[in-house]
Amino acid sequence: MERTLRLISTHPLDDLARTLEALLVVASQPLSAEEMADAAGDDAERVEDALGLLEERYTEGRSGIVLEQVAGGWAFRASREEAEACARLFERPVERGLSGAALETLAVVAYLGPCTRPDIARIRGVAADSVVAGLVERGLVAESGRDEGGAVRYRTTPLFERVFGLESLSALPRLDDLGETTDDIRDRLEAIAARRPA
Amino acid sequence: MHVRELELDLDAFEGPFDLLLTLVLREELEPRDVDVAAVVVTFVERLAERERLDLDACGEFLVLVAALLELKARELFPDEDVELGDLDPEEAAEELARRLEEFRRMKEAARWLTERLEQERDRFFRLGPAPLAPRAEPRIAPQRPETLVAALRALAAEPPQVSLGHMALRFPPVTQFVERFRALLRRRRRFDFDQEVGGLSRIEQAVAFLALLELRKGGELRIDQAAPFAPIRIEPAAEGVRARDEEGEDSWNARSA
Repeated sequence: MERTLRLISTHPLDDLARTLEALLVVASQPLSAEEMADAAGDDAERVEDALGLLEERYTEGRSGIVLEQVAGGWAFRASREEAEACARLFERPVERGLSGAALETLAVVAYLGPCTRPDIARIRGVAADSVVAGLVERGLVAESGRDEGGAVRYRTTPLFERVFGLESLSALPRLDDLGETTDDIRDRLEAIAARRPA
Repeated sequence: MHVRELELDLDAFEGPFDLLLTLVLREELEPRDVDVAAVVVTFVERLAERERLDLDACGEFLVLVAALLELKARELFPDEDVELGDLDPEEAAEELARRLEEFRRMKEAARWLTERLEQERDRFFRLGPAPLAPRAEPRIAPQRPETLVAALRALAAEPPQVSLGHMALRFPPVTQFVERFRALLRRRRRFDFDQEVGGLSRIEQAVAFLALLELRKGGELRIDQAAPFAPIRIEPAAEGVRARDEEGEDSWNARSA
C-alpha cells in the first residue's frame, strides 16, 4: 500500500509544489516567486521549477483551476470552461459598466502613468476628475505621488492588470502599433467606396 | 454618441470622422480640401437628433474640430505671420498634429482595452482584501554581550546622594522675634540689632528684621541708624517718637514693612 502511494509522488519537487499550492489558494492577489520562496523557506530557483510543474498541472482543459502569471505574480483563477457556472454564482463587478470615457482614461493612465488629471484632460480634451475618481473607487487606478506642482499623480493598479489579464504593463501593445497602417486605411476607403451608389 | 463614428458626406471625403482625421494626419488628404463647416453642421445635426446633450461627445468634438480647423488655417495662410501663441505657424501645426495623433492613439488604446476586456470576460478569479501578513520578527544585528554588561553596570551603579540641604530652609515665625524684642525692651532701654541676631542664620536674621519693622509699625519702638551699614539701634518708642514723626520717616517705615 505504502509503496503504491510513493509511486504517485515521485517528483523531487512535489513537496515544494504542495506548499506553493497551499500559498496560492490562500492568497487573494498574485504572489511573486520571491514571496513564495520566503514563505516556503526554499530558494527562488527551486520555486520557479516547482511553479513550472504546477503550471502544467493546472492548465486549461486539465483542471477547473488554472495557474497563470498575471500582474507581476502567480495566481489561481477559474478555468475559462467553467466561466458560465462561475457567472451564475458571481459577478465581475470591477469592470461592470465601465464607460468609454473610463476606458480612454484607463488607457492614458496605463500608457503615460504616473500622470495627473490635467495630463489626462489635456489628451482627452475634457475634464477627467469624475472619471478618475470612479476608476480609483473601482481600484483600477491609484494615487502615486505628486508632480512638481503638487498635483496628484495616478497609475494603474495590479488589479487593472489582473482584470485585463496582463502579465504586466509591458504586455500592453506598443502605442506605435495601435494606429492603422496605410493598407488598413485604403481597405476602409475602398469599403466605403463600394457602399456608395455609382 | 461616438464622435469618431460620425458619418460625413463632404465633397472631398465620405466616411467616418476618425478616418478623415487619419487621412489628414497622414497627409493623404489636404486640410484645405476639407469643409470644416460641413463637419460641424453634421455633428450638430446628429446632436440635435438626441434628446440628451452629450457633453462628453461635445468636448471631444470641439477638441478635434478645433485642431482640424487650425491645421487648415495654417495651411491656407502659411506665410502670414499670425500671432497665435509664441510658436511659429509650422511648429504650431506640428504640435497640433502631434496632439491629434496622441489623442488618436489613446483612442486606439482604449479600443484595444475594450476588446481585451471582452476577451477576458470569462476569467474568474478570487478578489478580496489583502490578508493580514504576520508581523515580521525584527532581526537584530549580532550583539556583543560585553556591551550589554557595560550598559547594565552603568544602570546598576548607586546614584550619588542628592543634597537635600535646600529642603531644610525653614522660616521661624515672625511672632517669635516680636515677643523676643518686646521682652528685651522691657529689660533694657536700648539694644543693638546686630548684636542680638549675630549668632543666627541669614534667614533668622531676615525674619528678625521683619519683626522689628512690625513693632515699629505698631509704634512700639524706634529704630535708629546713623549711616548705611552702621549698627541699628533700637529703643522703646516712648522716647523721642514724636521727634521722628516730625521728620516724616514714619510713613516710609510703615509702607516698606
